[in-house]
Amino acid sequence: MATKKAAEKSNVSKDELLKYYRDMLLIRRFEEKAGQLYGMGLIGGFCHLYIGQEAVVVGLEAATKAGDKRITSYRDHGHMLACGMDARGVMAELTGREGGYSKGKGGSMHMFSKEKHFYGGHGIVAAQVPLGAGLAFSDWYKGNDNVTFAYFGDGAANQGQVYETYNMAELWGLPVIFVIENNQYAMGTSVKRSTKSTTLFGRGTAYGIPGEQVDGMDVLAVKEAAEKAVAHCRAGKGPYILEMMTYRYRGHSMSDPAKYRTREEVEKIKSEKDCIEHVRDLLTQSGLASEEELKAIDKDIKEIVNDSAEFAKTSPEPDLTELWTDIYA
Amino acid sequence: MATEILMPALSPTMEEGTLAKWLVKEGAVVKSGQIIAEIETDKATMEFEAVDEGTVGKLLVAEGTAGVKVNTPIAVLVEEGESVSDAPKAAAVAAPAPVAAPVAAVAATPAAAAPVAVVSKASADWAAGTPMKTMTVREALREAMAEEMRGNANVFLMGEEVGEYQGAYKISQGLLDEFGPKRVIDTPITEIGFAGIGVGAAWGGLNPIVEFMTFNFAMQAIDHIINSAAKTLYMSGGQMNCPIVFRGPNGAAARVAAQHSQDYTAWYAAIPGLKVVMPYSASDAKGLLKSAIRDPNPVVFLENEILYGQSFEVPDLPDFTIPFGKARIWREGTDVTIVSFGIGMKHALEAADQLAKDGISAEVIDLRTIRPLDYDTVLASVMKTNRCVTVEEGFPVGSIGNHLSAVIMERAFDYLDAPVINCTGKDVPMPYAANLEKFALITAAEVVAAVKSVCYR
Repeated sequence: MATKKAAEKSNVSKDELLKYYRDMLLIRRFEEKAGQLYGMGLIGGFCHLYIGQEAVVVGLEAATKAGDKRITSYRDHGHMLACGMDARGVMAELTGREGGYSKGKGGSMHMFSKEKHFYGGHGIVAAQVPLGAGLAFSDWYKGNDNVTFAYFGDGAANQGQVYETYNMAELWGLPVIFVIENNQYAMGTSVKRSTKSTTLFGRGTAYGIPGEQVDGMDVLAVKEAAEKAVAHCRAGKGPYILEMMTYRYRGHSMSDPAKYRTREEVEKIKSEKDCIEHVRDLLTQSGLASEEELKAIDKDIKEIVNDSAEFAKTSPEPDLTELWTDIYA
Repeated sequence: MATEILMPALSPTMEEGTLAKWLVKEGAVVKSGQIIAEIETDKATMEFEAVDEGTVGKLLVAEGTAGVKVNTPIAVLVEEGESVSDAPKAAAVAAPAPVAAPVAAVAATPAAAAPVAVVSKASADWAAGTPMKTMTVREALREAMAEEMRGNANVFLMGEEVGEYQGAYKISQGLLDEFGPKRVIDTPITEIGFAGIGVGAAWGGLNPIVEFMTFNFAMQAIDHIINSAAKTLYMSGGQMNCPIVFRGPNGAAARVAAQHSQDYTAWYAAIPGLKVVMPYSASDAKGLLKSAIRDPNPVVFLENEILYGQSFEVPDLPDFTIPFGKARIWREGTDVTIVSFGIGMKHALEAADQLAKDGISAEVIDLRTIRPLDYDTVLASVMKTNRCVTVEEGFPVGSIGNHLSAVIMERAFDYLDAPVINCTGKDVPMPYAANLEKFALITAAEVVAAVKSVCYR
C-alpha cells in the first residue's frame, strides 16, 4: 500500500531517495552492530535499539535547516546519526570510551552535540518534552526562525509534563514540533492497554495545537508531513504535533524478550512495511538505481559501521581523572 | 458595648503594617462587609472590611501611620447610644478580635522580624568607607535581578505571578514595567513544565531565572532541577552547561502547616552539579543573587519569607557581587563556633548576644553558600574555639549540621573539647497550631542551651 502510494510521487529525485536509503541503512546496520557488541559484553547497561523506526528521523531531518534543534529520550542512536553526528563517536560512547561523544560518561542514553544541535539523550520518560519546548523558547526569545523537534514515544504521551508543555507552547506560540514516535509499545504495554484515547496526536486539540497521524514507515510521507509542520512553526504559528505510526523490531531494551507481542506480528510488519525495503523497491522498480549502485552503498555503510566498531573497541577507557571533571562549568 | 477594631494580620508573616487610608470618617455608619480602610503590608495593599455594624466612634490611628503592630486598636465602633469610652482597654485584647477579619488570634511569627537594620560587626565583602544604604532583603533581591537584566538581554524571569501580579511576595515588583512581558513571564501553575522549559532555554543560550512561589512547589519540578539541570554537563562530557537560577522562598513561613513549611537545603546540597545558596542578609541576597545569575551552572537560590521584610546595610556600589564558597564571620569570638545559614543566622546571632551577657564569647559564621561550602573558615574557627554548634531550620536527619560534624571530626578531631551539637528543626512535619509550630522550630534559646552544653556551663 505505502509503496504504491509513494511510488506515485514523481517529484522525488533519485538523489533524494538514495540519501534516504543510505541514511536509514546506516542506522539499521549501526544498531545491528551495537546489538552484536552488547552481546559480546562491550556495551553495558541499557541499550535501546532504533531498528524498524529509521524512516521517522530520516524523514524529519530531511525537512530541517541549519540551526534547527532536536532532543529525544534514550532510544537515541538513530537521531544522532540522522543529524550528522559521527558514527565513531556514538559507538565509542556506547562502549564507554574516551572517544565517545560524552567521553564515556553518558553512555547509550546520554549523548549530545552542540555543533549538530542535538540536545540528548534523556533518561527520564517525557522530561525531554518541556526541555525541547525550552530550546524552542530560546529561539522564540531571540526572534529567529529555528524550529525544535521534541521526540517522544507513545509511553511518554501519558506523562503529565507533556500536557503542561503543550499548554505553554501553544500559549506562547513556541516553534516546537512534538514528534510522537508511536511504536505501539511502551516497553511491554501496548497503547490500547494504557489509554482509551489512542489517537495520541488528537490530544493536542484540547490545547489548540494542530497535528496529524503519519505513516512513520514511509520516509516520503514523513518528510511531507514534516515540511508542513516546519512551515507552520517557521511562520510563527506555534507548535505542531506529528504522530508517527511506527514499529520497533527489537525488544524495548537488550534484555526484553518481547513476550507481549507475537512473532507473527513482528514478521508481518517486517515483510510488509519495512522502511528500507520500501525505498529500495522504489529505486529499483522505477529503474532509478541499479542493484550495483545499491550494493555499493551497502558496502560503504558496512565499512563505516565496522570502522566505528573498531574505533569503539580500541579507543581507551577514560582516564580516571575524568571522574572529577565536567561537574561544574 | 463599644468594640475596638484591631489592626489585622493580612498575611501569614505580617507583624505590622501601614494604615494607608481610612475610607470612613468618625460618625459614619458602617455595615458588615463594608470596606473601611486600606492597609499596606510588606507584600501588598489590602482592603479591610468591617465585620460588625455600627457607628465609627473614633479613629485611633491616623491614616498614613506606618509600623502599626498587628492587634493594635485602630478604631472604635459604637452602637446607638454608646460612647467611645465604653470600649474595652486595648491591653485586654488577647482573644480573636470579633470585629474585624481576617485577624490572627495571636501574632504567631517566631520572634521579632521588625525592620530594624542589623549591622554586621565585620565584613570582608566591601572596603572600609564604602557608602552604605539600608534596604530590605526583598529590595536587594529585586535590585539584583533588575541590574542583571539591564546588563544582559539573555536574562529573563519566569514563574507564577511574577509579572502582572508583581510577585506573590513582591520580589519582582516593577520588573514587568521595566522589562516587558517577554522578559518577565507569567506562567500557568505548572512547575515541572516551566522548570523543564527553563532548563531547555538555558541550553539554548539564555540565562533564565525560574521563580518558584515557594520551594515546596519545586518538588513537582525536582526531576528537572536534578536530572536535567545538574547532571547534563557531566553526561555530555562537558558540552552542555546549564546557566539557570531556581529561586524562591524556602523553609517555614508562619502558620502554613506541613506542606508549606520545609527547608530543602540539605536535599539540594547533596547533589553534585548544583550550586546551593542561602543568604541571610540583604547584602548577601543581592551580591549572591547577582553571582548566581552570572554563574554558568544551575544554582538553587533559597530565600526566606520571614527575612524578606528585614532591613540591612547594603553597599551602595554600581556592581556589588559576592563570590560563592566564602563564608562570612558575622561576629568574632573565642569560646565557641556557631555555624549557620539563612534564617538560622537570626537565631545564632540572638543566641550570641545572650551568651555574651553570660560571659561566653561566640564566633558566628554564616555559610551563605552551602555548595560550594567554605570548610576552611569553619575548621579554622573550630580549631581556635575548640567547640562548635550548628544551627539550621531543616530536619535533623541528614542535615547540613550532620555533614559539618563529620567533616570537623575527620579534620579537626584533636581540637575538639566537646562533641559538636546540631540544632535543627524537630523531626516532625510542621504542625499548624501556634504553640506546636513554635515548639517545632529552632529557637535562640535552644542554641544558647546547646552552646552552654558544649562549654560545660
